[in-house]
Amino acid sequence: MTAPVLVLFAHPALERSRIQRRLLEAIEDCPGVTVHDLYEAYPDFDVDARREQELLAAHGTIVMQHPLFWYSAPALVKQWLDLVLEHGWAYGTGGTALAGRTLLAAVSAGGREPAYRAEGLNGRSVRDFLAPLEQTARLCGMDWLAPFVVHGTHALEPSAIERAAAEYRRVVEALRDGRIDRAAARAAPYLNADLGAVLGG
Amino acid sequence: MAAEEFFRQALVYLTAAVVSVPVAKRLGLGSVLGYLVAGAIVGPFGLGLVGEERQDVMHFAEFGVVMMLFLVGLELDPRMLWRLRGPILGLGGLQVLLTALAGAGAGLALGLPGPVALAAGLILAMSSTAIALQGLAEKGLLRTPGGQNAFAVLLFQDVAVIPILALLPLLAPAAAHGTAGAGPGAAHGGAGLSGGAQTLAVLGAVALIVLLGRTLVRPALRVIARTRLSELFTAAALLIVIAIAMLMTKVGVSPALGTFLAGVVLAGSEYRHELVSDIEPFKGLLLGLFFIAVGASIDFGLLAARPGTIGLLVLGAIVLKLAVLAGLGRGFGMAAADNAVFALSLAQVGEFAFVLIAFAATIGLFPAVVSGPFVAVVALSMAASPLLVALGEKGIVPRLRRTPASDRPADPVHEQNPVIVAGFGRFGQIVARLLRAHGVGTTVLETDADRIDLLRRFAQRAHYGDASRVELLRAAGAEQARLLVVAIDDPGKRLELVRAVRRHFPGLRILARAEDMLDAYDLLDAGVTDIYRETLDSSLRAGADALRLLGVRAYAAQRAARAFLRHDEQSVRELAARRSDEAAYVSAARERIADLERLMREDLEPRERERDAGWDSESLREDARGGGFAKRD
Repeated sequence: MTAPVLVLFAHPALERSRIQRRLLEAIEDCPGVTVHDLYEAYPDFDVDARREQELLAAHGTIVMQHPLFWYSAPALVKQWLDLVLEHGWAYGTGGTALAGRTLLAAVSAGGREPAYRAEGLNGRSVRDFLAPLEQTARLCGMDWLAPFVVHGTHALEPSAIERAAAEYRRVVEALRDGRIDRAAARAAPYLNADLGAVLGG
Repeated sequence: MAAEEFFRQALVYLTAAVVSVPVAKRLGLGSVLGYLVAGAIVGPFGLGLVGEERQDVMHFAEFGVVMMLFLVGLELDPRMLWRLRGPILGLGGLQVLLTALAGAGAGLALGLPGPVALAAGLILAMSSTAIALQGLAEKGLLRTPGGQNAFAVLLFQDVAVIPILALLPLLAPAAAHGTAGAGPGAAHGGAGLSGGAQTLAVLGAVALIVLLGRTLVRPALRVIARTRLSELFTAAALLIVIAIAMLMTKVGVSPALGTFLAGVVLAGSEYRHELVSDIEPFKGLLLGLFFIAVGASIDFGLLAARPGTIGLLVLGAIVLKLAVLAGLGRGFGMAAADNAVFALSLAQVGEFAFVLIAFAATIGLFPAVVSGPFVAVVALSMAASPLLVALGEKGIVPRLRRTPASDRPADPVHEQNPVIVAGFGRFGQIVARLLRAHGVGTTVLETDADRIDLLRRFAQRAHYGDASRVELLRAAGAEQARLLVVAIDDPGKRLELVRAVRRHFPGLRILARAEDMLDAYDLLDAGVTDIYRETLDSSLRAGADALRLLGVRAYAAQRAARAFLRHDEQSVRELAARRSDEAAYVSAARERIADLERLMREDLEPRERERDAGWDSESLREDARGGGFAKRD
């Protein structure tokens, strides 16, 4: 029997975070949602692959929630991927443990949305920067959804933060309850670009 | 002695020792009592396996005391000896004087004639260097104030034997004087010399020992050490001790004192450790032999005939000695707990009493009706000594230590902090410094006043006080604090503190230091979940570094250490439940160890399922060669 949603949360300095902390608080107490704080569990980067695999196997939807650092995840997330997604378990011959599960990235970025365009400072969209994770999901046979992205975190007003947190909770709850238009969620640039379309009626 | 007879005796003595001492140790009574009981069992009043030769054995075994003093001297810094001059002369002198007077008074009250009573008092003043030092050393109390003072008194007594031997003939009835020559001569030489010449001879011998120790012995030892024949070095060490003992006997000084002096002279030499380790086993064996002989010499016939009288005499002798010792200890300003160690360890009558009683009997001072019971009393007081020390250690000293020494009341605590650290030793200091460096208010409690004063000089604050006292914890804010770090080093005390806290401050989370697994089990049972075994992390780091130096990559080595730690912590929790059944415990523990070794091997060597394959696993290579996984849709 699998539980609905596993949130793999990664932030090396949560005590200083404004956005991620609110996002986390918004979903922490959701019934049916397991929050797994990676930097709290593995301060020494010594990821316990067996334990992580058991956790993954027990959940239908995996959400990877973290800020973007240098256009990618904080280092521990990479370490986690390297250690947990073993050949023969996550991919390759016999590697079907994750097949059929859903993967969503929920990230925050300091730059505003226009900076993440071809002509912007960063040259690519967040979805583009997440291509390695998207391909990881594909190799493991997982269903990859458009990422949930909070932009411009440095200058976000408290009211905007609250709005983002509420939207995040709606997304996680919809994933939990299976109320999500998968086709729309796969195709959207960002999951929260047009939440109404993705979450349906 | 025929070889066969020698082996038969060796068999008896060694068997007695090997069987009884572990039993006594197991019962927490120390080795001395074990030897004494062994002696009583094989002696003429027990199985009768040893007979008259035990007197010779005892004389031979007295040499163990000589060796012990040599070792004590070796361990002793001349500066410390100088520092102890006050206790040696003051405490030691007064102890002998007052005990002799009190003993003489008791003798008079029992109806002994004056000279006999005085001699008995002097003999009573002697304590057993062998028993007291052995006991103190076994329990690690030699360096405590109580132990040091006991040592000082023993040293004075060892010296005092010589004038006492000279005094006894003067107390004897005139008619018996003629036989005096044989007595002290046999025991302590020097008979032929006049007073002035003897003093000169003694000074000359002492000077010779110091001079030879400085100029000849050290170079000689260097030459011997260079031969790299370890038995030759042992022979040389024995030679030094025996030569000095003979020299001192020749000039009429206690050989124990002479070898002690030689030990002090050689204490600064680079061969100190070799000398200690070479002499140590001989000393231990000879002392054991000596105690067995003492045990065998207890006259159980006499004891059976007049058990009440002998019992009262033993009790009286011990109480008298205790009263004088404790009174002196108090007068010299010792803390109550130290004084208890001091007085209890010296409360027996010593081995020199056998020599002195035998001598007093030969010169006609003691009639048989005095010397017979006296020997029994001395032997029984020696037998009672380990019991007294055990009683003190278990019952009296902890109680005295608990109420912090009256000279210093607990410091008032005016801080209210989220964290309380109990114990400011190696463990507590690190914890407190890390917390304070993070701006976390930390209240530290420590019972060692010297340590507090020392650390205060390094700007580290701690309050004096015993954390296991509930009122003090409350005063330190245990009700409002969030965490208590139990960093004191005594496991018993730690457990006591933990239990008190669980009872009185259930909301306070405890982080406890543990010595080892067994200690950790106790803490788990007491309800502590955060347990830190004190050497675990550093030994793992050393192990990981060793792996690294052998060519294992640093990251892999560190990961192995982490995996080890995780596994070990799990084991503690699993094994804790099973320790009541020893067989199940051992088999579970073995299983866990084997399990860990398998895990380590899997992780360090190439294998089928790696934890950190780094995209280079065998299965992946196989897949890639076969074009396997890429084809999946």
